[in-house]
Amino acid sequence: MWSVIKGLWVVFLHMFERRATIQYPEEKVALPPRYRARIILSRDPDGGERCVACYLCAVVCPVACIALQAAEDEHGRRYPEFFRINFSRCIFCGFCEDACPTYAIQLTPDFEMAEYRRPNLVYEKEHLLIAGQGKYHGYNYYKVAGVAIGGKAKGEAEREAPPADVRTLLP
Amino acid sequence: MSPSLYAIVILIVILVVLLTVAALLVWFERRLLGLWQDRYGPNRVGPFGIFQTVADTIKLLTKEDWIPPFADRPVFVIAPAIVMVTVLLAFGVVPFAPTVQVADLNIGLLFFLGMSSLGVYSVTLAGWSSDNKYALVGSLRAAAQMLAYEVFMGLSLMGVVMLAGSFSLRAIVEAQRGLWYCVPQLLGLIVFANAGIAETRRLPFDLPEAESEIVAGYHSEYSGMKFGMFFIGEYLGITLISAMAVTLFFGGWLGPWLPPVVWFALKTLILVCGFILLRATLPRPRFDQLMAYGWKVMLPLALLNLAVTGAIVTARA
Repeated sequence: MWSVIKGLWVVFLHMFERRATIQYPEEKVALPPRYRARIILSRDPDGGERCVACYLCAVVCPVACIALQAAEDEHGRRYPEFFRINFSRCIFCGFCEDACPTYAIQLTPDFEMAEYRRPNLVYEKEHLLIAGQGKYHGYNYYKVAGVAIGGKAKGEAEREAPPADVRTLLP
Repeated sequence: MSPSLYAIVILIVILVVLLTVAALLVWFERRLLGLWQDRYGPNRVGPFGIFQTVADTIKLLTKEDWIPPFADRPVFVIAPAIVMVTVLLAFGVVPFAPTVQVADLNIGLLFFLGMSSLGVYSVTLAGWSSDNKYALVGSLRAAAQMLAYEVFMGLSLMGVVMLAGSFSLRAIVEAQRGLWYCVPQLLGLIVFANAGIAETRRLPFDLPEAESEIVAGYHSEYSGMKFGMFFIGEYLGITLISAMAVTLFFGGWLGPWLPPVVWFALKTLILVCGFILLRATLPRPRFDQLMAYGWKVMLPLALLNLAVTGAIVTARA
């Protein structure tokens, strides 16, 4: 009986406690910068697309919500012809970001993507591409990768030695 | 204004006010529970969310009003109405103020007890006509619980009747001018409060609808506004029990400065808050604990109260 009265008193005292509720549409939740929500495609410092259309994100995606088609430009750079994410399926697991070899696909803390019509949740490349570099600044895949593309031969990347001429090494 | 016209006006006013109060209580309880659980509760519809019940009612009205094909149709339809009718009839004898009362019966208290006991038919018939095992278990629990708690509910009030020397609720309130009966009849008040909570099937005595064990108990099969009737009936029941406790133990409309009706409403509101506090705090007991508590603790207490009050009244006379 005493515990009942004590319980009532404790609950009554909660009248004067601060409320834990965040009044959402008016008050926003403070999200950590690495919160995983809306997916974007970032650009390198020169403004080119980072995505090299390697399909790793599409393969790793557990709900198969990513669809893309690889293409190659005149310099031999790979890029996605289309890049489509169906956000009505996406579970924001971040595997795509993990798998991406070029920091192109990134998750951002924006989660307010509700739509009245389901097809509006399918984002195309123009919706996904942002102007900036996202979380990784100063990174340009083709500048550090060993592949030769138009305007850059082998061995010209940053911190890369010119390729060894194996014939001069012959005894 | 002629007396009969006045009676009709009072009747309609009380009816409208009661139904409004019951609807508001749904919102009020959710806000209070929120307050005691460090959250807000419904605060979106209208100022402070006060029109939440309107929104809920519109939702209930537009829901499919489904009657299961295996149900006993006429009984199933009538059952939710019974709880409303009995509780509203019981309000007929409640003296809200010296002049605001539908009927001052000389057996008003007995009428109240009778009407609140009839309310159990609603629950039992609802569970029985649903032809659903959970509903049946719920309604059987309700019947057993009512039977157990009805006994000492009546007994706990007999002390008040002895002191006031009348069954008329207005006479009982008038007899409390010197001292409210919550002081000499404290034991009676405690027993009445327990019985009242069981009577309204509120936590911690809401075993008839224990949703963690038997879905929703007796109203498992109900939907739409029929469910809404049970819901409103429950809140009317809370108001009724609070109003009766105020009338019998807390001096009814008596109080300084403010008009009598305001005093009555204030006291009732505080008791209603008590009901909600109980719901916010207490867990649900096991059914055998509930029965043991009723028969082994509350009934002897009620009898003790009766005997002692009787002895004192006799010795004084």
